[in-house]
Amino acid sequence: MLQMRDEIAYEPALTENPYLPKMARLVNIYKMVADNHLFTFRFLDDAQAAAFQHRPGQFVMLSVPGCGEAPISISSSPSRPGVLELCVRRVGRLTSALYRLNTGDVVGVRGPYGNGFPVERIEGKDLLLVAGGLGMAPLRSLLWYALDNRARFVRITLMYGAKTPRDMLFREEFESLVDRADVTCLLTVDRDPSGTWRNHVGLLPTMFDMTTVDPATTYAAVCGPPIVYRFVLERLLALGFAKDRILMSLERRMKCGVGKCGHCSVGYKYTCIHGPIFTYWDAMNLPEMI
Amino acid sequence: MKILKLPKQQLDLFASVLQQFGEVHAPVERKGKYVFEHLERWSDAALDYDRTVLPPKKYVLPPRETLLEYRRDTGYVPATEDLNKKIVLFGVHPCDIYGLNILDEVFAGKYPDPYYQTRRQNVAIIGIDCVPDEHCFCRSMRADFVEHGFDLFLCDIGEYYLTFVGTARGDDMVLSAGALFEDVTREDIDAYKRHSEAKREAFKLDVEIRDLPEIFEMEYRAEIWEELGQRCLSCGSCSMVCPTCYCYDVVDEVELGSTEGRRVRQWDSCLFSTHALVAGGDNFRESRASRIKFRFYHKQRGFVAEFGRPSCIGCGRCIVTCPVKIDIIEVINQLRGAEHVANA
Repeated sequence: MLQMRDEIAYEPALTENPYLPKMARLVNIYKMVADNHLFTFRFLDDAQAAAFQHRPGQFVMLSVPGCGEAPISISSSPSRPGVLELCVRRVGRLTSALYRLNTGDVVGVRGPYGNGFPVERIEGKDLLLVAGGLGMAPLRSLLWYALDNRARFVRITLMYGAKTPRDMLFREEFESLVDRADVTCLLTVDRDPSGTWRNHVGLLPTMFDMTTVDPATTYAAVCGPPIVYRFVLERLLALGFAKDRILMSLERRMKCGVGKCGHCSVGYKYTCIHGPIFTYWDAMNLPEMI
Repeated sequence: MKILKLPKQQLDLFASVLQQFGEVHAPVERKGKYVFEHLERWSDAALDYDRTVLPPKKYVLPPRETLLEYRRDTGYVPATEDLNKKIVLFGVHPCDIYGLNILDEVFAGKYPDPYYQTRRQNVAIIGIDCVPDEHCFCRSMRADFVEHGFDLFLCDIGEYYLTFVGTARGDDMVLSAGALFEDVTREDIDAYKRHSEAKREAFKLDVEIRDLPEIFEMEYRAEIWEELGQRCLSCGSCSMVCPTCYCYDVVDEVELGSTEGRRVRQWDSCLFSTHALVAGGDNFRESRASRIKFRFYHKQRGFVAEFGRPSCIGCGRCIVTCPVKIDIIEVINQLRGAEHVANA
């Protein structure tokens, strides 16, 4: 039942305006992949920079002045504070405006929003990250969070698939992980037209044949296009993963980020406040999830 | 709760007292329908109205509202426009007060909305009890009686308005009226009980809502949604007139050749084809059937999961407004009763 309004508890203050972006400077543009750049931002205000603390899997609302606002997942890890890295595909009006900016330009940032990955629950367990294409963007935050807090996790496995080597996000960064002993890094491409690729060639789900994962001790974080979900979920379930140990990051067109505007609803949850991280069990039980 | 009574012939006097608490708005007749608007004269107030075209939502969540101004030198600055205008909204029915109470829940939570909250505090609510017509089902939605969300609430008991004082501001209103208000007698209490009983008996519509969430779960694939999708025009009128529909769109408006502008939010509807559109052009609710189903689900199923009750107050506005006569009562009854439409 509805609660009685508590007049004392809430005194409206526009100074705590959740819709008010904080200004941040674009300090670096890394042209990783055509139409898929990594943008690095730093808040103009040091206090705001210090106050910005996120969890892997959370997102921000990014404002490009004169254009609008859109939700973008955070690709940088909270274990590497000070800057905010957003991996953005040029796909619509706002992202096109972002691509027209130069380093030194100023944008607005609100957040972080969303639940993020339940890292405390994953601690002491194995972590399996499975990403396809742009799905790597939110998972990279979790990957580096786990690697930077290596002792808190047991086995860490990354399976990442892209169409071709040229489409692979963070390619050099991940290639340098392949030889690391404390992480199993399985990189694959659907095809290698250039013939220079030194890792796997094959569809993402075939990476399950390259290693072993123990469903009893592992949390799986999955992100990618619908086809990735379909085939990866099939493999995970066949291995015997519990449905609430499979974590997925969803995307919707959020307008507010704070559970009001209604645009990101899936079934009866809001992606912005109930997600964007959902377990597969949640997903199964919500209509229109994927 | 402090309860007093106001002689009916003193109502206009009391209304003049209310002006010191803000601009007085009340239902006014316009071409056979009613709208809440600023009263030029007290005699314009139509207190025996059935329902206004738009609910009081427009006072706390305006159809269009500037959130932020953007200037190159200052960045984003909150817009405060008419945010602090004091209004006394006179003659709000219990269901509509309940609608505001539901919006209060949505615009509170982890991220309270300061625009909504400020307006809500600046709009004094003076409720008035009513007699249901053939489209009212607030009783089924448990919104026919309201205990909070108003400053004052008036109930017609014959020669008097029984007056419930809900807030300190409401008490100030009563005190400002000097000797207009009188103490309540045993006869008044009995008269109120008779009024209450008569109101209950006047309802012509009744739907059972307790097990609706489960029924909606089971009827997700029912044929009725496709049929409704064929009829629905996706005009969004039901959302606009709904006291508890709060979806909004956010747009940036920029002066030509400049990066200065404003960020505006405006009412939106989940029936509009763009509501579930995402970057890249995918649409999670492309068909009209999926959209009208979503609207019913969110109100009768999703909202229950989140807030413990449906986001419907039974005001009947969507029924009288829908251009193709989609009737929520018929939909619920069909889902509830007719096996032949289910899981076809």
